[in-house]
Amino acid sequence: MTMFAMVPSTTPHPQLLRATLIVTGAMALAALPFALSSFSISLLNLVGIYALAALGLTLITGSGGVTSFAQAAFMGIGAYTSAYMTLRLGLSVWIGLCAALLLVGLCAALMGAVTLHLGGHYLPITTLAWAVAAYMLFGNLTDLGAHSGIGDIAPVSFFGILLDRPERAFYLVWGVLVLALIGASNLLSSRQGRAISALRGGALLAESLGVNPFRVRLLLFVLAAELAAFAGWLFAHTQSFVSPSSFDLNTGLQILLMSVLGGIGNVLGAVIGSAAVTLGRNAIQDLLPGLGLNAGTLEIIVFGVVFILLVHYFPRGLSPIIEKLLPAPSGDDLRIIDKDERLAFSRATRLEDERISVLSLRGIGKHFGGLAAVDDLSFEMRPRSIMALIGPNGAGKSTTFDLISGLKIPSSGSVTFLGQTTTGKPAYTLIRRGLSRTFQHVKLRPKASLIDNVMMGAHWRMRAGFVAGLLRLDRAEEHEYRRVAMLALKEIGMDENPLALAGNLALGPQRLLEIARALASDPVLIVLDEPAAGLRSQEKQALAKLLRHLRSQGLSILMVEHDMEFVMGLADDIVVLDFGRRLAAGNPTEIRNDPRVQEAYLGGAE
Amino acid sequence: MDLQIAAILFQDGIANGAIYTMLALGFVLIFTTTRIIFASYGDLIALSVLTLHALQSGRLPGTAVLVVMLAILVTAAEAWSLVRLGEFRKLPRAVSTWLILPLLPVAACFFLRHELPYAGQIALTVALVMPIAPLLYRLVFQPIERASTLTLLIVALVLHYVIAGFTLLTFGAEGVRTAGSVTGQVDISSISIGIQVIVFVLVATSLATGLALFFSFTVSGKALRATAYNSEGARLVGISTRGSAVFAFLLAGAIAAIIGILIGPTITIYYDSGLMIGLKGFVGAVLGGFVSYPLAALGSVLVGLVEAYASFSASSYKEIIVFLSIIPIVLLRWIGARHDVEDEEEPA
Repeated sequence: MTMFAMVPSTTPHPQLLRATLIVTGAMALAALPFALSSFSISLLNLVGIYALAALGLTLITGSGGVTSFAQAAFMGIGAYTSAYMTLRLGLSVWIGLCAALLLVGLCAALMGAVTLHLGGHYLPITTLAWAVAAYMLFGNLTDLGAHSGIGDIAPVSFFGILLDRPERAFYLVWGVLVLALIGASNLLSSRQGRAISALRGGALLAESLGVNPFRVRLLLFVLAAELAAFAGWLFAHTQSFVSPSSFDLNTGLQILLMSVLGGIGNVLGAVIGSAAVTLGRNAIQDLLPGLGLNAGTLEIIVFGVVFILLVHYFPRGLSPIIEKLLPAPSGDDLRIIDKDERLAFSRATRLEDERISVLSLRGIGKHFGGLAAVDDLSFEMRPRSIMALIGPNGAGKSTTFDLISGLKIPSSGSVTFLGQTTTGKPAYTLIRRGLSRTFQHVKLRPKASLIDNVMMGAHWRMRAGFVAGLLRLDRAEEHEYRRVAMLALKEIGMDENPLALAGNLALGPQRLLEIARALASDPVLIVLDEPAAGLRSQEKQALAKLLRHLRSQGLSILMVEHDMEFVMGLADDIVVLDFGRRLAAGNPTEIRNDPRVQEAYLGGAE
Repeated sequence: MDLQIAAILFQDGIANGAIYTMLALGFVLIFTTTRIIFASYGDLIALSVLTLHALQSGRLPGTAVLVVMLAILVTAAEAWSLVRLGEFRKLPRAVSTWLILPLLPVAACFFLRHELPYAGQIALTVALVMPIAPLLYRLVFQPIERASTLTLLIVALVLHYVIAGFTLLTFGAEGVRTAGSVTGQVDISSISIGIQVIVFVLVATSLATGLALFFSFTVSGKALRATAYNSEGARLVGISTRGSAVFAFLLAGAIAAIIGILIGPTITIYYDSGLMIGLKGFVGAVLGGFVSYPLAALGSVLVGLVEAYASFSASSYKEIIVFLSIIPIVLLRWIGARHDVEDEEEPA
């Protein structure tokens, strides 16, 4: 079957539809100030400003386990900085913008650098305390009106046009927002976007692909803060008034509500979430005095209850609905590989010295409290061989695996990969040395296409950074590695429908896809965690054939496996673990005849 | 700042620290059993102060209304889930646990509020405030018990606004102080120590000791510890992790009520004061990463001291300094920690 038959025949239509949508949308947007009242336009300006801050959260919350309660505080710092620059120092609003971005960037970088190493929830907690502190600080700025705030902030002047009325400011606010949305959408489909997506799949996945979670989260956090700073600057110069209460913790949470409501899957969610919250709040304020209630009181109760119900019943927000309404991603032209072109394993074939061991463990141990999961384990692995690590449940196979792939730090002993010690090196550095792995519980990004999942494996080989991703300067590189990913898919025989979603595959093909992802990294050694688990007999045969083929291409393969038949027919060498120690090692025949192995597996019932 | 002032400030700091330590006990208790960073914890303290004040003025506290509403909602939710599972036999127990039990103090409050002595008012305050925590857990957190730590934190924080809004509706916007302040000094050689400080420290240490004994020597305490250590494993050996969670919230609710009774006479409390009090306790608990009791206590005492000295040397920046001290505290935590890769997968 050739590639050509599989390309969807409707390719031009989605792109045409997309272009039409964009043009009509832009024209409708530009016409709004002529159609709506001044009040409605200034409300829309607020929607745009908050959407910008919420967009930052949409990006950062997308990166797994991190969010910020300080978006409103960063907005406030941006707004106050620029207000000070223009009102007190008499400088231009553009200098105010630069100062705002600089100051907020510094604050965010400092907070991120301190907290993100700890992982988990330390950043959100810190932003929470920081948001409260910033709000109180604004109230102490006696030079800028303290608690009551300050007015008469100059409007933005754009090439001599003073954007002093809401109708004029509208173009600035929404222009900035549209550019930000395009940039964010570019970013999410770039190399860094895939890294973000991998990080959402958990730190294990991210690190195994060579993504440094700290770096990605830090950059995203700073980017989100800068978007908030920009929003704050727009706020100050379009509302011409700032006061601490505009940037309190409540506002920070409302911005979070916007991004949760809109959902983190789609950048448009930020706009829709912002519109819903801003307009909803306005409606409550209009409605409530009639009910004889204090608007502020009911506003916060409604806001809180809606938020909690949302988390209970619609944790993904509105993004599933948005995704349904938008046209499907346009089918890129994937006729990019030749019929008889095959994936090159340049590093594995370049491995010169056949005698050096690919991987060697020396006296390695891992203790959890008093329990030794792995104890004084040593073995060597020959290059271009298939080695299996077997043992009864609880024998320490998985822990050994984590020690080899750098996810756990051994209590004693050392791991050497291609002659270099890797003990204590961060897990994300191993893939660039040539070690790639798969997972027992498959870790794919279900909402991403096959080809995007495979391209994650090539992350470390690519260069494009955040800026290149935002501005779409990464096209040549993207094209090159899409080819690599297609070739890797071809190795596993799944190059026919590369745009299918990984989440729609059955378990067997998912396991193969993980192998393709590992192959895209140009590995020397691939480490497979129970590759045959849950596979049907035919699928196992296909897997064995693939692994033999990969060995013949020069790859070394280490696997943990339960299926004895599969292991015995495939492995060159076997290491048997029991109670964290090496029980036996040898070729399949030796292992089969070893009485100690028989005893461990069959309880001595010969 | 001369030595005498420094000594007075030190006492203030220790008093604050004792309060924050009790808060930290509650935070750690809840976090370890449920992974919830219960950011709205301080609201229970504010409710405790407002409740005691209402009882002292012979009014029906709004807390009673809150408890009734929560009890009805929770009983309805519980009954609905039992009916759906077809477990009708468990209904009477659910109704007595979630409806009758919480309503007992409400009834007591309704009939007895005019003739209670001070000790009775305190007991009733604890009995009214304590059930709110487990009721909130059952209503808000249990349905999302598998959500990420981050989602749970966000919900906990948002919950503050709901509670504070409700408190405003039922108690009004006025700030209150309860009667019954402890005054006086004890002179030990040349140093005079406020009795209030001694009371705070005594209550804090006895709570901490009580908890420690409870964890080491009782079955429920050991079940809580097991849940905290590994909730999956605890479930496998037959411990009800939900039961542990409810129990942890109940204990934390009692601690919050006690804190409210202690601080009520010393500061004016408004309907929304809970957030700030809670967040300050929070800063200290971060040093223990919400998992270590001794470190959380140490962090809390540090925060209390920082607050006391900051209120003397830069009073209008006092709170700012307290909240910003989270950054050095996180740094300390970072230096102390060396981690294997943690993994928490987000939903698609």
